[in-house]
Amino acid sequence: MTAAQAPGSREVLGPPEIGRALIRIAHEILERAHGADDLVLLGIPTRGLPLAQRLAATIGEVEGVDPEPLVGALDVTMYRDDLRRHPTRTIGATSLPDRGIDDRVVVLVDDVLFSGRTIRAAMDALTDLGRPSAVQLAVLVDRGHRELPIRADYVGKNLPTSRGEKVAVRLVETDGVDSVRIEAQ
Amino acid sequence: MSHLLRGVAPLGGTPTDLLIVDGRIAAIGPDAAREAGSAEVVDAGGLVALPGLVDLHTHLREPGREDAETVLTGSRAAALGGYTAVHAMANTSPVADTAGVVEQVLRLGQDAGLVDVFPVGAVSVGLRGEQLAELGAMAQSAARVRVFSDDGMCVHDPVLMRRALEYVKAFDGVVAQHAQEPRLTREAQMHEGVVSAELGLAGWPAVAEESIVARDVLLAQHVGSRLHVLHVSTAGSVEIVRWAKARGIGVTAEATPHHLSLTDALARSYDPLFKVNPPLRTPEDVEAVRAGLADGTIDVVGTDHAPHTREDKDCEWAAAAFGMTGLETALGIVSTTMVATGRMTWADVARVMSATPARIGRVDSGPRAQGRPLAVGEPANVTLVDPAARWTVDPAAHASTSRNSPYGGMELTGRVVATFLRGRPTVRDGALVEAVVA
Amino acid sequence: MRHLLSAADLDHATAVHILDTSAEMAKTQSREIKKLPTLRGRTVVNLFFEDSTRTRISFEAAAKRLSADVINFSAKGSSVSKGESLKDTALTLHAMGADAVVVRHQASGAPHRLANAGWLSAAVLNAGDGTHQHPTQALLDAFTVRRHLRGTAAEPDGVGDDLAGLRVAIVGDVLHSRVARSNVDLLTTLGARVTLVAPPTLVPVGVERWPCEVSYHLDEVVDGGPDAIMMLRVQRERMGGGGGATSFFPSPLEYTRQYGLDARRLARLPEHAIVMHPGPMNRGLEISADAADSPRAVIVEQVANGVAVRMAVLYLLLAGEREDEA
Repeated sequence: MTAAQAPGSREVLGPPEIGRALIRIAHEILERAHGADDLVLLGIPTRGLPLAQRLAATIGEVEGVDPEPLVGALDVTMYRDDLRRHPTRTIGATSLPDRGIDDRVVVLVDDVLFSGRTIRAAMDALTDLGRPSAVQLAVLVDRGHRELPIRADYVGKNLPTSRGEKVAVRLVETDGVDSVRIEAQ
Repeated sequence: MSHLLRGVAPLGGTPTDLLIVDGRIAAIGPDAAREAGSAEVVDAGGLVALPGLVDLHTHLREPGREDAETVLTGSRAAALGGYTAVHAMANTSPVADTAGVVEQVLRLGQDAGLVDVFPVGAVSVGLRGEQLAELGAMAQSAARVRVFSDDGMCVHDPVLMRRALEYVKAFDGVVAQHAQEPRLTREAQMHEGVVSAELGLAGWPAVAEESIVARDVLLAQHVGSRLHVLHVSTAGSVEIVRWAKARGIGVTAEATPHHLSLTDALARSYDPLFKVNPPLRTPEDVEAVRAGLADGTIDVVGTDHAPHTREDKDCEWAAAAFGMTGLETALGIVSTTMVATGRMTWADVARVMSATPARIGRVDSGPRAQGRPLAVGEPANVTLVDPAARWTVDPAAHASTSRNSPYGGMELTGRVVATFLRGRPTVRDGALVEAVVA
Repeated sequence: MRHLLSAADLDHATAVHILDTSAEMAKTQSREIKKLPTLRGRTVVNLFFEDSTRTRISFEAAAKRLSADVINFSAKGSSVSKGESLKDTALTLHAMGADAVVVRHQASGAPHRLANAGWLSAAVLNAGDGTHQHPTQALLDAFTVRRHLRGTAAEPDGVGDDLAGLRVAIVGDVLHSRVARSNVDLLTTLGARVTLVAPPTLVPVGVERWPCEVSYHLDEVVDGGPDAIMMLRVQRERMGGGGGATSFFPSPLEYTRQYGLDARRLARLPEHAIVMHPGPMNRGLEISADAADSPRAVIVEQVANGVAVRMAVLYLLLAGEREDEA
């Protein structure tokens, strides 16, 4: 039995909903940034990275620019505050666009916003890499239960959940399918 | 004091009764029960009777290292191991290289009163391998020393070895050699081979033992003396001794329990419990030593009981002392490796652990003779063994002051149940007899 | 990973994972801000019974770049001869709350004892023990080989890759070399084919069971076209010329002639082959200045990679929850 078929699991977003949400977010980002010139989208591995790439692709289409220099990856593992609570995590890759992040608008992209601790770690990591003019946050799902004073600038879907539930995001690039499900633990 | 051992199997033979009266074996067979009178009856059904075990190779550490062992605690360990006599090696502090020291050790043994302690005399002054110790004085002392050894050190100078072999002929002595070529074993830590290469520990090559054994058997032949090779550990040494015996050379040889049972692979733990000199060798060497013991090439099992304090073992391998305890486990190891496997009989065990060592040490005659047959009129030095008992070695429970047994947790077959020294029980039901301890 | 005692303990997946983690660490070391907060609050003790400023500094830099607290404990000569025993030192470090102990010791197996004798609960990292093992040296060597011979435009560090099919020659005093032992274990685990080159006196008895080839002739091995050649340091005390009967070879000059990497041998190596040395070098003995300073020498880079590899190992040992607490 795969997780997707687990009892008590229900799909809340399918491929069309995810696609529409990302297109909307891409437009919102462009609107706030007044174009793509100073924009950098940094995806947080694992699933933030393909989301950032999709957003960049849409932005590139709309603005008629090459999306490649807009995207980077920001691994936050070594900045996490919960390392000692879990088995050793594998460190992911960090890669910045050639132009760097100094004086640019950085949009952090992640799949799920939950406690806010990952984003806290991401902001620390960012500080060590340069000095953006502004940092914003885009997430596919905001499931609530924040433990830090952090909120998202762009949200695909607000998803009220209980703490006991698990939000499972699957993306074509990493899992072969686009879906967001809520699973009882 | 008299005891009737009921249903006992002498040397593992047909069960019978054996009567001990006034320190001697008074009767064996149907007569025993008839003559028993008021003798205490010992139910010895299922037990094997052996002549009291004799160790040619024990380190009792006293005088000098009473923190590791004393003559008393070593005697307790020996009695529990089924021994009625041990030879105390000379590498004490001061070294047993004078009549005074050997008589001191003799007296300490008599005071302990659990086993006969026969002091071994050093071959050279201070074990330094330079000058003969006063072998004659030790031979004529109250200790009547007949076994001479620098054990721990090799008598490596060929001239000194020749002189010693010749000199001891005057009092029918024997030189017991620790065969270790010192130049080939400088800073050596373990057997040189596959495992030492892997572990990065300096090697103690088999040839360092074999070259000395070969030289010594030729020297013994040349001067017509008795040579005893201690702790034969390599297949090559076994082969050389076999060759020498075939030529009629007066050589005897010893195997230790650990060289009959353990291999160099144990060093992979880097636990100094397995650090010993000569070192644990390969499985092929262990097999050769077993075969040599079974076919009579190797004459005796000697424990090389080498107690060490915890601080001398609770450290890194290179800093640790060489040696392991053995008195309380020797019979179990021999029983497990040689008897339970069908390679030796209990009569063979009596030969290699009692009769032959006593003969080599020349303690097999006179009123306090050791290693005598189980026969009417002989001194009642008797060890009772339960050949089927399976037991797990627990070094913490050992009577030895030291805990450096390599066999902790190992399951053995065959256990000493009782020991009689000239008719007096020193061990009953596997425990020291209280009156003796007090 | 609970301890790192021997390169032989690393399986293929673990070894590649360490190298991949090292690659991420190496990237952080080219940034302006090199320090990471990862091991804040953790205490790493450098316990050095043997002088090795180079190795100690490398471990110290690695721990500090990860924000661990570092305590340097130089116990040179104390244990084996006299003074405090290894056990008491270990109990002291335990009482001080060490999370990891990086140990360099002249006695083979000392890190094993520290890890297994029950004296302390810290992770033990072998920084070189006697003539046994030096696993982080092998890891940095493997990292260097992989970067140079397996790196691609997309993956300059060869991340995810191993060393399958590469041929590495290790030349010199194999008998006394923990670097050689560790490298034979690790490089062959990663798929490389290792050839040891040494005079017969400096090859250990028992080497026939190692997963490598042995040659007594450097020229033949050079002409065989190795992808990497690693020159081992020759200790002065092992040399002839006054060493007497126990010297392992007749003279330094003869050694250099037979086993030194000079300009002629360097020229005969394949174009892509790299020259390695764990340092410190005896210039003019096992390696000539021509070879040491040539563009194909990666000796200085080995040092830099050492910090990244040690960061990776400290991360993997210390960042997660403790296995025995899980």
